[in-house]
Amino acid sequence: MKKMSDNTQSKKQNREKKILVRVEQVKKHFPVMRGMIWQKQVGAVKAVDNVSFDISQGETLGVVGESGCGKSTTGRVILQLQRASSGRIFFEDIDLTELDDKELIKIRPRMQMIFQDSYDSLNPRHSVGHIIAEPMVIQGVMSISQMRGRVMELLELVGLNPNHFSRFPHEFSGGQRQRINIARALALNPDFIVCDEPISALDVSIQAQTVNLFEHLQKQLGLTYMFISHDLSMVQHISDRVAVMYLGKVMELADRDDLFSDPLHPYTQSLISAVPTPDPKQERNRRRVMLEGEVPSPANPPRGCVFSTRCPLAGDLCGKIPEYREVQARHFVACHLADGKGGSKIMNGE
Amino acid sequence: MILEVKNLVLRFYTFDGVIHALNGVSFDLEAGETLAIVGESGSGKTVAMMSLLNLLPVPPAKIEQGEAIFYDDKGQVDLLRTTKQERCRIRGGRIGYIFQDALSALNPVMTVGRQISESLTEHLGMTYAEAYKRTIELLKHVGIPGAKQRYKNYPHQFSGGMRQRVMIAIAIACNPKIVIADEPTTALDVTVQAQIVDLTRQLQKELSIAVIWITHDLGVVAGIADRVLVMYAGSPVEISPVDDLYENPRHPYTKGLLAALPRMDQSVRKLVSIEGAPPDLLEPPRHCQFAWRCSLVSERCWQEIPLPVETGPRHFVSCFADP
Repeated sequence: MKKMSDNTQSKKQNREKKILVRVEQVKKHFPVMRGMIWQKQVGAVKAVDNVSFDISQGETLGVVGESGCGKSTTGRVILQLQRASSGRIFFEDIDLTELDDKELIKIRPRMQMIFQDSYDSLNPRHSVGHIIAEPMVIQGVMSISQMRGRVMELLELVGLNPNHFSRFPHEFSGGQRQRINIARALALNPDFIVCDEPISALDVSIQAQTVNLFEHLQKQLGLTYMFISHDLSMVQHISDRVAVMYLGKVMELADRDDLFSDPLHPYTQSLISAVPTPDPKQERNRRRVMLEGEVPSPANPPRGCVFSTRCPLAGDLCGKIPEYREVQARHFVACHLADGKGGSKIMNGE
Repeated sequence: MILEVKNLVLRFYTFDGVIHALNGVSFDLEAGETLAIVGESGSGKTVAMMSLLNLLPVPPAKIEQGEAIFYDDKGQVDLLRTTKQERCRIRGGRIGYIFQDALSALNPVMTVGRQISESLTEHLGMTYAEAYKRTIELLKHVGIPGAKQRYKNYPHQFSGGMRQRVMIAIAIACNPKIVIADEPTTALDVTVQAQIVDLTRQLQKELSIAVIWITHDLGVVAGIADRVLVMYAGSPVEISPVDDLYENPRHPYTKGLLAALPRMDQSVRKLVSIEGAPPDLLEPPRHCQFAWRCSLVSERCWQEIPLPVETGPRHFVSCFADP
């Protein structure tokens, strides 16, 4: 309960802050083709389907969901690494979907991405200095000597030895390589960074170091993050607001503490209940919502509510697509049963 | 007691030098209990288990010393010194193994049903018809719907969670004494992970199998283990009953690991991280392997290798700072 007071405070602050990224009804459908020469489209994988949300300046939006729910695609579509099939994406007031490639290059320095696999995303034949300087070379903003100074400054910022700029990626450990990735993303002083599962491949003790670094950099440089992860407890730790995705749709979006203390969507409830707590006594006495089965294929999603095939509360109503709406203040849910009065609770009295 | 591993030392002889993968690992396992082995990547948890079943290629691997006594119905066997015949009898028959990556562990060109019944005909001498019947039972038992149709399917036709269920069916097919589960849920989503953990727990109770559960997830450990062995850089640092370990961790590394976890039931402002990274295993251990990263390090830690000391009932810690 002691969290409540500063929670409401941060809510107020958030409202005053300006919105940096706004996503409006974005869809990304990948066509499924059949035929060798005369190809014809036989269906579509709806990786992202009608997703809308916004991210305020300086906040961290956590995006959670199981594999294949479209969380990474959403991140890539926002940065225009893949073009959206439809919908609009605003960065401040610029509609990114209308820009052509040349115009995009001009705005790219302000938004960067950190990838999950720190080894695959670093060129093994380039030295660390080369890797970190590459964004600056592409943008052509600095002289060589300025760049060297900037690279050393960045290495120091992310907690690496500045004299290691001539080393190669394989000489670093996983955690250190992720720091190199972070340094490269910071090279052009971005405002917005999409972190796509940046810590999933790291060991527990290194995860904590990296997350602390993310938080430190955010404070120091005023960054805005979209933090994509499947690790709910880490997302809860780092995020201000959290979006829960399932089969390409946002199921629930709310302030962090609201979402975790009062999850409205049945999927969010079961997801939270599936996360094990590192406490044996609690674990033994815990009541779980056990979901049956696995995530259906996004090429052939269920009709109506996409979660209806696994939902313990599914009824006749769920044959229709639920509207994504604000049930409580700043708490968006896509569920017919969510009425803000406990109608969508799987387990009452907890 | 069903398994007793004493002072297991294992090295890999590679072109880069000698990798000191295991430096004196000792533990025991009671019948029917679950022992969780926790550690970061490279801490030797998988290597230790694979060496017990002779699954490591020799060379480069070489077991330098130690013994692993397996108390079977037919008397005791030292798993590290088995004949080929004994090895084949024990592997899959008396000790089952669930691998992390089910897709690469299963044979892609053989039906799932055949892969399960193979161990039945091989170990229990069943006829094909008997094995078929038993396989259908097993598939039902591990919660695979439509067992008769699924018998004829190939591994790629299964989802990740279902594949892991098939792995479990193979592991328990011959009523083994011990099942070694090597990070069986790491590649799965949380909701499916909960299903698999639940299934394992239920099967273990029904069949009274001892389970060695290798993982790096301290959350899963809390739900499934009776005792926990924490490994660091090839050495066991702490072994303890699960409640005691979470309430009263004694080794600085265990304490660090627990503090580094974000918890959903409490909000913490800043995660406590263990600075630095695990040591290079090419160096032979001459002192406590955790000394570089330890906050309680003293002169003695740089000179000797700490031996396990019993600090509570069945709670052993290898640290000079604690006792």
